[in-house]
Amino acid sequence: MVSDTRPELRDSAPLWAAAHLPREGGDHAVSATRLISPLAGEMGGSPEGGNVESYPSPDAQRRAYAAAAAVLDPEVPCVTVADLGILRSVDIIDGVAVAKVTPTYSGCPAVLAIELAVESALLDAGFEARVERVISPAWTTDWITDEGREKLKAYGIAPPVNGSNSIRSLFGETVVACPQCGSPETERVSEFGSTACKALYRCTSCREPFDYFKCI
Amino acid sequence: MAKDALLAFVVRLADDHLILGHRLSEWCGHAPMLEEDLAMPNMALDLIGQARALYQYAADIEGRGRTEDDFAYLRREREYTNCLMVERPNGDFAHTMLRQLTFAAFMEPMWRAMATSKDETLAGIAAKAVKEVAYHIRHAGEWVIRLGDGTEESSARMKQAVEDLAPYVDEVFDADDVTRAMVEAGIAPDPAALRQSFDRTMATIFAEAFLDMPTAPFAQRGGRDGRHGEAMGYLLADLQYMQRTFPGAVW
Repeated sequence: MVSDTRPELRDSAPLWAAAHLPREGGDHAVSATRLISPLAGEMGGSPEGGNVESYPSPDAQRRAYAAAAAVLDPEVPCVTVADLGILRSVDIIDGVAVAKVTPTYSGCPAVLAIELAVESALLDAGFEARVERVISPAWTTDWITDEGREKLKAYGIAPPVNGSNSIRSLFGETVVACPQCGSPETERVSEFGSTACKALYRCTSCREPFDYFKCI
Repeated sequence: MAKDALLAFVVRLADDHLILGHRLSEWCGHAPMLEEDLAMPNMALDLIGQARALYQYAADIEGRGRTEDDFAYLRREREYTNCLMVERPNGDFAHTMLRQLTFAAFMEPMWRAMATSKDETLAGIAAKAVKEVAYHIRHAGEWVIRLGDGTEESSARMKQAVEDLAPYVDEVFDADDVTRAMVEAGIAPDPAALRQSFDRTMATIFAEAFLDMPTAPFAQRGGRDGRHGEAMGYLLADLQYMQRTFPGAVW
């Protein structure tokens, strides 16, 4: 049975309009702020000799993952948390759906909104839910799926080009193709764009400005 | 004892990042151009994000039920152990960019070494931060070059910034009982060992910017012992205002 004490979470859409949705008692209530990698062996399954009824079925795990994976990123709502690679895993542990989520940037203000949306999606799917934040191993743009890259491009955001984040490449411009017209004739306007994960570019062929998903 | 040293180390690292993040955030709405008005708070966000992770870890190490907010907002000035460089007033844009570059050029080899720290939590924070600080070096470095190799006015201001900041550089490389305990435990590198990498980064950028590497006649110290300059009190008055006025206020 779902044991959520905050019914408003279940009643709302799993996508928060703003990053700072307050929680009762402050916004530090997300269960896991311990910044450690998953412990070895802390995977789905039951303790040996445990209650047979609490053994998770592969089906439940799949359903839980599908529910969490469908959550959209609040700042780039064309891609899901699974497309971005920030949903690391969903396991059923002692009857609780435990989702592990990693932030893109240390200070990403959408982290809390994403965690709440994942928790809410799991509750909506009928699971008792817990979201844990993991920062190790550190997220990299390599984890964005091919499908995610296509979605970003279709949305007007140039997907990350590998190998563009070297401190030695001062003024070294990476060739970023314009997501509108495909031209490689683009220029960087600013290394820092509308969110922590994006840079601002301009296409010199079609003159359209566009966001570039930074490579880290 | 080892626990005390680890706590002290994590807190001073967190303080460096919080205070510099706060200084950068003061530019929000005042930058010389829109792109910069996004860039500086963006870097501030990285720094404050790193500070939050470190304060939370400090609270865990201490184990007395304090939270990241208690560390950030509810200590006295003498309890902050940030280096003096990060609390210096912003000055002009040239000074802010040079300070950002200087701190980032120090932190980049520090985070890189700490990514393989024996402390699992710090290794995780470092692996993430090392990618972020690379952006700060590039961004601030480009501005230092552009201004140093710019107009007569911009070049003069950048030279002035180099001179003004010079006395605050050496402090970050100082070793003390805390850093020695960290080296011994395999948790963090000896700060003095980072000097070569730091000098290399700065020399590359200064050469392109037509700036001379500074030689400070003396070094200002004291931040690691909680002895701060006059500017720190005003900074904390601003930073702590909300929690001091409405104790315990939450979102």
